Amino acid sequence: KKSPPPPPLPKLGKVGSKCACGLGSRERMADSGSDEVAVIGNTDLTAAEEQNNRNNTDVEKSTPLLKKMEISVSEAEKRTGKNAVNMQETYTVYLIETRPVDTITEGQNPAPDSLWRRYSEFELLRNYLLVTYPYIVVPPLPEKRAEFVWHKLSADNMDPDFVERRRIGLENFLLRVASHTVLSKDKIFFLFMTQENGWKDMVYETGFQAKADSRLKALNATFRVKNPDKRFTELKHYSDELQSVISQLLRVRARVADRLYGVYKVHGNYGRVFSEWSAIEREMGDGLQSAGHHMDAYAASVDDILEEEEHYADQLKEYLFYSEAVRAVCRKHELTQYELEMAVQDLTSKKLQREELATGTVRTFSLKGMTSKLFGQETPEQREAKLKVLEEQILEGEESVKSKNSECDEYVKNAWLDIDRFKEQKNQDLKEAIISYAVMQISMCKKGIQVWTNAKECFSKM
Amino acid sequence: TMSAGTPKSLPSSGQKSIHDISHPLSSEDTILTPSPDLPNTSSIGEKDLSLPNGTPVDTSSPASSSSLLNRLQLDDDLDGETRDLFVAVDDPKKHVSTMETYITYRVTTKTTRTEFDLPEYSVRRRYQDFDWLRNKLEESQPTHLIPPLPEKFVMKGVVDRFSEEFVETRRRALDKFLRRIADHPVLSFNEHFNVFLSAKDLNSYKKQGMALLTKMGESVKYVTGGYKLRGRPLEFAAMGDYLDMFTQKLGTIDRIAQRIIKEQSEYLVELREYGPVYSTWAAAETELQEPLEGVSGCVANCCTALEELTEDMSEDFLPVLREYVLYVESMKNVLKKRDQVQAEYEAKLEAVAFRKEERTGVPTDVEKCQDRVECFNADLKADWDRWQNNKRQDFRQLLTGMADKNIQCYEKCLAAWESIVPLLQDKQDAKGETN
Repeated sequence: KKSPPPPPLPKLGKVGSKCACGLGSRERMADSGSDEVAVIGNTDLTAAEEQNNRNNTDVEKSTPLLKKMEISVSEAEKRTGKNAVNMQETYTVYLIETRPVDTITEGQNPAPDSLWRRYSEFELLRNYLLVTYPYIVVPPLPEKRAEFVWHKLSADNMDPDFVERRRIGLENFLLRVASHTVLSKDKIFFLFMTQENGWKDMVYETGFQAKADSRLKALNATFRVKNPDKRFTELKHYSDELQSVISQLLRVRARVADRLYGVYKVHGNYGRVFSEWSAIEREMGDGLQSAGHHMDAYAASVDDILEEEEHYADQLKEYLFYSEAVRAVCRKHELTQYELEMAVQDLTSKKLQREELATGTVRTFSLKGMTSKLFGQETPEQREAKLKVLEEQILEGEESVKSKNSECDEYVKNAWLDIDRFKEQKNQDLKEAIISYAVMQISMCKKGIQVWTNAKECFSKM
Repeated sequence: TMSAGTPKSLPSSGQKSIHDISHPLSSEDTILTPSPDLPNTSSIGEKDLSLPNGTPVDTSSPASSSSLLNRLQLDDDLDGETRDLFVAVDDPKKHVSTMETYITYRVTTKTTRTEFDLPEYSVRRRYQDFDWLRNKLEESQPTHLIPPLPEKFVMKGVVDRFSEEFVETRRRALDKFLRRIADHPVLSFNEHFNVFLSAKDLNSYKKQGMALLTKMGESVKYVTGGYKLRGRPLEFAAMGDYLDMFTQKLGTIDRIAQRIIKEQSEYLVELREYGPVYSTWAAAETELQEPLEGVSGCVANCCTALEELTEDMSEDFLPVLREYVLYVESMKNVLKKRDQVQAEYEAKLEAVAFRKEERTGVPTDVEKCQDRVECFNADLKADWDRWQNNKRQDFRQLLTGMADKNIQCYEKCLAAWESIVPLLQDKQDAKGETN
């Protein structure tokens, strides 16, 4: 995957301040925001308290940002502007609102600071986080284009339902990052939410792109780790499985939704025919007529049911994308391990050369060995000089192996800390998602029973 | 036309109950198993065993009395009329002979009517016997609405004529057919009906009847044709219009019901795939294993509930609708016959008027014709009211039944989902406390 060229910044200044949020959006922020906070607040955040100390981390306190700041994506808006090749394009911007928590607890209740960001900026932020924190399972963004939707739902990026679901998804992303002990202390992340202008320059200044590119190149190069870490191999296998099973689940769910929609909507035809039929009946007329209304209501009820279910699908989707984030951590571990193994190999070969030079035996067949045989031995001075260079290289190599070793150890330590955190979060989230799915099914069944009971009453009066 | 394939030796050769032959679609054979050995359910209401006029019913035949008892308890739909004739169709059996394979049904009768020699009969009849009865009724009671029989021909290969589902659907239709006749104040006294219910050897009666018919035929048949009706009286025109509209609505309802069954089956196909995905996922998890298995189990339960609903709809709902289409056809036929009788009368009246304008008296055959029209009109109106009443009851029952089936389906799904929620929540609470 190539990262697309950075799109031009939308003109934020004017519109941003103008739309600084009406009362409606505040209310929305309040309930969607607090809900998400509650969910994330449940997860255990204290596990990875101690560690970090990266370049861009703010080290003053170890509590995640979310405890200090209220965050929400409260609004979405359609904009039109010129893109890089001066073409007219339409895109959506999202309003990020932030408010320090202590001002709220002190009862001041100030208006939140707000700024607009578009999806591509969220993408840039996430890419930056991915590169900067390779050992962390970075929360995924909501899907760029609607996938796994049942056909009655529009897959259009500008569709209001899609935009709304994405708004929720983006807010969720920010809340997840803000509640992460390490990620939430990142300065760039903080600037993303609070600094309207110049944020992007700051990102590029970190040089993360170059880092990302060189890493990507290394990843693309075919490499094989000789002694893979079993735990990471298993984790990679699990994330593959998770991805395949969730995508299968989402596909089937979309089809199930399609069919359910059909079943309900066809019942709507009863509404019409009962009403027409009632016109030619005497005693049966009233019962039929009102039963028809209940059938209409039944057909209409499926819209709400499936809309609610879409939220469940989104929850699953988040974990579908999380599986990719887990895989990324595994891949980066492989890369670190590979670099270590390369350093070890290099050192070993240097040591071998030194041995050859010292003892004069040639164990490996080489052109050099051939030439020395054909054209006689080097002078002792030459040998001494060579040996000296080799000794230096070996020292360097030993140093490098040592540092690679500790880098690798550090990586494994940090990564497992975060993976354990992730697993716990995942179990908690998905359990809750399943419960709410069951609750949804219960409410659907109850609605169904209600409608049919009403209809039955009408029928029995005929 | 009489049936060509007269049943030979009904009870003798190769009598086999249909459940002896395993049906490809179903492994269970409980539905059609005749249950003479089962404890008789009649014990639940001993006092109800007497007929309305107080004559004690012979309970020596346990297999039939239970269904009749049910009838006694359930049928209060004959507004105030005393019922003294009860008929039931049950216990289908498959007969395999070298010539043909067919199904017979047991027809049980209980009555206090003096027209019958015995208070109780139990005979076996096959479809063509029912068909014979219906033809006889049409011939001998041309002014009355004869209830329809289920259609004789089914598409070969599409429907298995000997499947339990098919036989059961047909049994119910035949039962309904006889009950409608038995409840009719005129048809129930028809001699052919009496013979159908009571004759040990219906075949010899049928042959005898054939000879008789050829003689009587002319006088009985009204069908004259050739006359054109000037105008239907408003009353009957309204009936015709109603029937046309009603047929149309029935057709629409039938199409909707079929479509729903199709949508539900397709939904079921997807749902059957949906559950196992959760199981697959559960296998890859440790802590989430139980919740995911829970969902998988719930989906499986919902599949079963939905399957039952779809089955009920196609086996109980659709046949009743189709029977009504045929019922409407019968009604339209009677209307047509009435029109012809009136047309004949009008033509004759006109002819008389044309020939003998000066004379005031009307010839007797024209008067007879007029009587016939009036008789027909009276019979038809009575049957119409009866039919309307039946229709109302039948559709009330059919539609409340449909609602009930849907409620039951939802209740099963609800129970499944409700059973897993506390399990999941308890776990979570317990975990929260230990934390």
